[in-house]
Amino acid sequence: MKKRGVSGLIQRQAVSGSSYASFTMDEIRRYGRHLIMPEVGLEGQRRLKDASVLVVGVGGLGAPVSLYLAAAGVGKIGLLDFDEVDETNLQRQVIFSTPDVGRKKVEVARERLLKLNPHIEVMAYETLINSENALDIIKDYDVVVDATDNFPTRYLLNDACVFLKKPLIYGSIFRFDGQVSVFYAGKGPCYRCLYPEPPPPGLVPSCAEGGVLGVLPGIIGSLQANEALKLILGIGEPLIGRLLLVDALSITFRELRINRDKGCPVCSENPTIKELIDYEQFCGTRVSGEALDAARNSITPLELKRLLEAGEEIQLIDVREPVEWEICRITGAKLIPLSQLTSRLHEIDQTRKVIVYCHSGQRSALAVKLLRELGLTNTYNLAGGIDAYAEQIDPTIPRY
Amino acid sequence: MRVVIQIPSALRALTGNTNQVEVNAETVGEALAALLDRYPSIGRYLFDENQRLRSFVNIFINDQDIKTLNGLETRLKDSDKILILPAIAGGF
Repeated sequence: MKKRGVSGLIQRQAVSGSSYASFTMDEIRRYGRHLIMPEVGLEGQRRLKDASVLVVGVGGLGAPVSLYLAAAGVGKIGLLDFDEVDETNLQRQVIFSTPDVGRKKVEVARERLLKLNPHIEVMAYETLINSENALDIIKDYDVVVDATDNFPTRYLLNDACVFLKKPLIYGSIFRFDGQVSVFYAGKGPCYRCLYPEPPPPGLVPSCAEGGVLGVLPGIIGSLQANEALKLILGIGEPLIGRLLLVDALSITFRELRINRDKGCPVCSENPTIKELIDYEQFCGTRVSGEALDAARNSITPLELKRLLEAGEEIQLIDVREPVEWEICRITGAKLIPLSQLTSRLHEIDQTRKVIVYCHSGQRSALAVKLLRELGLTNTYNLAGGIDAYAEQIDPTIPRY
Repeated sequence: MRVVIQIPSALRALTGNTNQVEVNAETVGEALAALLDRYPSIGRYLFDENQRLRSFVNIFINDQDIKTLNGLETRLKDSDKILILPAIAGGF
């Protein structure tokens, strides 16, 4: 195999016997708008066709990233996700349609990308990515896009890309804020240089708990696709060593300088981590002592129903936001948003049992931990939140 | 020094949905302490039990990471903007 360096940041080995990709008449017509730009041209379009990008996560970010990379003519796109399309996805995951609900995401996405551009190859990985399979999957790609929604996978992708020397295009979102960067070990910082450790589970709400403006992943995902194209084409200035922050509310873009950590355990001159680890344990998402405590301090929706039917003297505290209270509530509950809990403690009768709920049980678990530490030991979390209560006990309560 | 602390979306629930807070302080540490005075519930998010800044939170002054300056002892100037940047993982 002859090693061919391409200008830009991607090094690739050409398969012996072949040269750069060539194009049909259809492709020349299709990519016309690319071909007439000096920064792309036939040479650049060939690089796109020869390139391979793995998109990990086919959701809010994965949807726009994969659509734009397919449209641009990236020759091989890998899609990795194990989930099925859900109705709540359609508010932002624009690669799916209503009839797709219930189908496997990677299958639907693959069909959609090939319909958009039949001249490319799309590999569908209907799996979770983990320490056992990550290196094997990633090694076949030039660029990896982090379009995931959880910390363990983000750290896994980071470490795998450092070990395999692949650029990782990072994107993350929350409500109206987004972040984009390119982590490329050897050329700039990696994710661990920026965030050596994740927050403890439950502290940072997920999109399901915190919400997200549907178009925000469209903006951030498009920026990720932009970075992938720049890397492949070798043009512009990739976001290596820079973190782009997007505030969709004020529509401000701001750039922070981020630096390599000389003591980084993974990408520094003297790494202490040289193999993939147990990321669930690293992020504390594996069942731990703390999680077991949380489980002990929980009650199920059925148990709550029984308490209410038995006429027990309980206080039902709703720690969600007023906008959520407007959508639905459990009869008899009192609203004290989480941020106001410590200043409104006097509103809770310490002699009665307290049941706390939120949407899915994350914020209320935090609230119960707080209240118990403050001495209210007769306090319990409603496991699964009002969502589980609506699903299992009272279907007249709208789910969102 | 009169400075502004910018609160990201992920933390606004802990600051009554305010996106920026003005405080008087000489150092970054003092500015954060003033923030905690006003919004105590943000304290356990930012600091661990040994009062150290948690490693999933980065602080920038006017776009420079305080780790490249003097950490929490970094001295402030009038109108400095302090950005609290916690790790966020959303992507779906």
